[in-house]
Amino acid sequence: MIRQTFSIRVNGELRTLEAYPMERLLDVLRDDLGLTGTKEGCGEGECGACSVLINGDLVNSCLVPIAQANGTEIVTIEGVADGERLHPAQQAFLECGGAQCGMCTPGMIVATVHLLKKHSQPNTEQIREGLNGNLCRCTGYMRIFEAVEKAAELGRLR
Amino acid sequence: MRKERIVGTPVLRKEGMAKVRGAARYIDDIALSGMIYGATVRSSIPRGRILKIEFGEGIPWDEFTIVGAKDIPGENVIALINKDWPCLASEFVNHPEEPIVLLAHPDRHLLPRAVAAVHIEYEPLPSVHSIEESERGDAIVWGEDNVFKKFLINKGDVDAAWEHADFIVEGEYTTGAQEHLYIENNGVIAVYAADEGLTIWGSMQCPFYVHKSLVSLTGLPEDRVRIIQVETGGAFGGKEDYPSMIGAHAALLAMKSGRAVKIMYDRMEDMVATTKRHPSRTRIRTAVTKDGKLLAADIDFALDGGAYSTLSSTVLSRGTIHAGGPYCWPNIRVRSKAFATNCPPHGAFRGFGAPQSLFAIERHMVRVAQAIGLRPDELRRKNFLRQGLTTSTGQEIREPVDLNHLLSRALTLSDYHAKRERFDRKNAGARKKKGIGFAAFLHGSGFTGSGERNLKSVAAMDATADGKLRVLVSSTEFGQGTNTILCQIAAEALGVDYDAVEMAQPDTSVVPNTGPTVASRTTMIVGKLVHSAALGLKQTLQTSGLLGESWTTKEFCEAAREHVAKYGALRSNSRYEAPPDVYWDDEKYRGEAYPAFAWAVYVAEVTVDMITYGVTVDDFVAVQEVGHVLNPVLATGQIEGGVAQGIGYALYEKVEWQRGRMANGQMTNYIIPTTQDIPPIRVCFEELPFAHGAYGAKGIGELPMDGPAPAILNAVSHATGADFNSIPLMPEDICLRLRQAVSVGAVAV
Amino acid sequence: MRSCPAEYDFVSPGSLAGVLDLLHREPGEWLPVAGGTEVMVQYSAGRLGARRLVNLWDVAELRRISETPETLTIGGGCTFAQLREHASIRKHFPLLAQAASWTGGIANQNRATIAGNIVNASPAADSPPALLAYEAEVELISARGSRRMPYADFHLGYKRTALAQGELLVAIHLQKRFAGWFSYGQKTGARNAQAIAKVCIAGVGRLLGDRVDALHIGIGAVAPTPLRLRRTERALLGSPLTEEAVAIARQILSSEIAPIDDIRSSAEYRRCVAANLLEDLLRSFAASRLPE
Repeated sequence: MIRQTFSIRVNGELRTLEAYPMERLLDVLRDDLGLTGTKEGCGEGECGACSVLINGDLVNSCLVPIAQANGTEIVTIEGVADGERLHPAQQAFLECGGAQCGMCTPGMIVATVHLLKKHSQPNTEQIREGLNGNLCRCTGYMRIFEAVEKAAELGRLR
Repeated sequence: MRKERIVGTPVLRKEGMAKVRGAARYIDDIALSGMIYGATVRSSIPRGRILKIEFGEGIPWDEFTIVGAKDIPGENVIALINKDWPCLASEFVNHPEEPIVLLAHPDRHLLPRAVAAVHIEYEPLPSVHSIEESERGDAIVWGEDNVFKKFLINKGDVDAAWEHADFIVEGEYTTGAQEHLYIENNGVIAVYAADEGLTIWGSMQCPFYVHKSLVSLTGLPEDRVRIIQVETGGAFGGKEDYPSMIGAHAALLAMKSGRAVKIMYDRMEDMVATTKRHPSRTRIRTAVTKDGKLLAADIDFALDGGAYSTLSSTVLSRGTIHAGGPYCWPNIRVRSKAFATNCPPHGAFRGFGAPQSLFAIERHMVRVAQAIGLRPDELRRKNFLRQGLTTSTGQEIREPVDLNHLLSRALTLSDYHAKRERFDRKNAGARKKKGIGFAAFLHGSGFTGSGERNLKSVAAMDATADGKLRVLVSSTEFGQGTNTILCQIAAEALGVDYDAVEMAQPDTSVVPNTGPTVASRTTMIVGKLVHSAALGLKQTLQTSGLLGESWTTKEFCEAAREHVAKYGALRSNSRYEAPPDVYWDDEKYRGEAYPAFAWAVYVAEVTVDMITYGVTVDDFVAVQEVGHVLNPVLATGQIEGGVAQGIGYALYEKVEWQRGRMANGQMTNYIIPTTQDIPPIRVCFEELPFAHGAYGAKGIGELPMDGPAPAILNAVSHATGADFNSIPLMPEDICLRLRQAVSVGAVAV
Repeated sequence: MRSCPAEYDFVSPGSLAGVLDLLHREPGEWLPVAGGTEVMVQYSAGRLGARRLVNLWDVAELRRISETPETLTIGGGCTFAQLREHASIRKHFPLLAQAASWTGGIANQNRATIAGNIVNASPAADSPPALLAYEAEVELISARGSRRMPYADFHLGYKRTALAQGELLVAIHLQKRFAGWFSYGQKTGARNAQAIAKVCIAGVGRLLGDRVDALHIGIGAVAPTPLRLRRTERALLGSPLTEEAVAIARQILSSEIAPIDDIRSSAEYRRCVAANLLEDLLRSFAASRLPE
């Protein structure tokens, strides 16, 4: 197979690249585009460390061939903040201790952004479900739930 | 206690901004120019002799760097405590996934096929796969008798106690292996140049452990081996010893190829090939009066250590010392052994032997209470350790710890008595039975006995030329808060803002050896050294006249900058000195086992679904005494995270062994709790400041691992009326049991 | 990642006709891939046998959900996220919406497709029991034309389906005739999210007086394929749901299913829990009877 040309809009910026169609979106983001914030935790779509948004939908980028992401809008952790200004989710994760080792954090924050778009003031059940595909081994999730609630509150005040 | 400005407050995580931005750089985020990739060819059998290694068709082998045992310049061993852990198997293999051949190539994608194309022929040898098989000596796979290590603790006269007993209660309790499942797999990059020597970057807990192992492996001088820890995505003990192995592999490939080499494990390799928590079997026999006074315990504690001894002796040690729980035993004997079996060596995992033996004693106490007819809390209250009493090693408790109060607080917060009574009333015939149970426990902070004295840890603080204040320690951050806590301590001691203090990257050519980041010692012991180093730095500045009676942060940093400009450097070292009253006999295993204990009572409320036999933890209360909380958000997060791992240990995480190989080495089949599985966890701290710990702190990192499993099983047993004594407790086990008769092993004498 | 991307062909005809034409012209050559939640896992693990893949993700025709007053048609390429959020599916086929919400986690639901899930033919898939209970029909299409069959006839054996060479599962057809029926769905897995079912069951039914007038029960993870429990249903039809009837139903169920020991669970557990779930279903069914 030969490399093909793909165009994706990543964090608002149009990127064109040559890749094999079956390269995983995760690897294209990390290796070709240097966006190493998105992590590989399992390669099987179980841990959510590779979570990104494709056209606003939360997906595990380790399971997406770049060919299927062609022409889409992708948001990674690097695109969550508004330049220097942290997204409420990021600010909340910082203040509430939502990140310990930080490996699950990019995916967890992207999932939080996705959740808050669907439910701007989520209840406990919605928070738990919204993050159910993002595994954390460090926090026991409590600080993360608090961070999501705080993010919702910060978002409301903005 | 004088007012604290920074210590005791929830300052933000030092490296938190980078983490929430996705800017923190872990080892797989780093690439060096000209870097190639390494992979490992591993044993497919549990034990045997290697007869032939063939490199198959279809792979351009001439493009590969290939390393075998014969390429090792120094000793073919990963030196830890003993020297029995081969870096690469040469003639024999002793566990599935044992590393045999290393390959490196520029194309990362070619490596899996190359690994699959290496064909190894073995002559299989008999292997053992359980404590029982090893103990029986079905095959001798290590040493003379398969025993890595044994200990004996003897207090009082156990044998004489039986005749005074009103009840003799026996039980057997087992725990399974547990996989760390840090979200970041093991990974390293190694570079070798003849003039500079060897440099290794990696995900790790203990740069100086890796340094020591690589020095003996390569035969290089100590100052020609440099180990640098980079951002590490979780460890829990799983990166205490293993980085020395993967580091050695990358080093060998780097030395042979002349290129930078990265080895990054994927999830399956990390799960099947690296260390896990030691499985255990504990047999307890106790003598007790009808009033509930514990008279004696005879405890047989056994661990499955895997194929090589690695850290088994120290895990066994801690498990042995904790086997009596938080109780005063007038007479107690603990006989413990770590056995060799043919699976990858087991290693450090948060708790380090204590979760295993504490599980047993806390299950056993419920059994004892049942036998006598006392409530579980009544039995505990009659036997708790307190000031003036001694532990199983004869260590006198010198602080006014009040376990009765901790118990009362935990039971009140969890509404234990009312719930217990309500559940008892409503459970008959219910589709969902409810139960509530608790566990009382202790955890020794810091190294055992003379461990800290032997380490002779050194911490330092310095200032850079532009006045930045740095903490120089080999203690590593892997989520638990090292960076934050140590900077808080330094800033507090110096009288400057938290933001003025930085952590130097743990680089063995830059930082002193402050010991490994293990054993819940970092805040307590290293923190104290950082505190002293900070005071020394401040004193130097004051003595030099550059700093007055009081100062702003800006003034302090300016003074530091001036000192460096004038005198070339500003640095203060602090070396560990053991407190005067610490006495420990390594032979008899008697004396002051730990500088301090943290104490806790945890309560778990569960629902057992009688249709699916699934257990849900509905509510969890964690009350602990920890000396002093230096950062409430971090400390709470440590407890909650440990409780979640404990819940996994009890109910979800099962390693499926097939002749020494983990058959469920994928996240889809090794189950940890998701956001929809964890209950609300309520955390409460009490404080009895520990004089020798930084700002009164004791260690808390491992404590939360000890309580959840016994509390949960106590709750499940309450809910179902059936005795469950083995973890992980799966719905399949509950289903099987509830369809059989229930028996209790108590004998009233 | 244990596969080499350079070794894989991946083409995107972009239309249903284009895909079918390719499958027709080069039979046995191309593996269709939609959301990739199964194929990409195998690929990452180095276990994907196929080397040539044809993209279904960009075939818009496969994503449609259409309805008439009596029927609902779900395109094979619909994701589980679409299914669980669709108002008509939630209203008329709540067990299917529920099963969709149980499949994987949120991110996987955004990619996994109903046809992909069915054609992958895991006996433990979450949706098949609901599809069996609702007596769904599947529509299979190839360059030669299309055909329909009861979904109950689609699975022939373990990982073997009626899908012929060159065919795609293009749509699932459902009849909106279960308004007011009793419905029950349960899944038991290793945890509350992202869990493969150890047993999953879905049932719909109708009482006439105190007698069972209709009863459809689908069950997964206890046989080589998802199962419609016809013998169990037959034993209950026309009779009241007495204690004795429930006990007999448990026994017949036990003989209808064939659970195994595997990496996730045991045959004994599955057998026991399947019977318990059936009993719970029947008790709930009995309790659903409106007072006269």
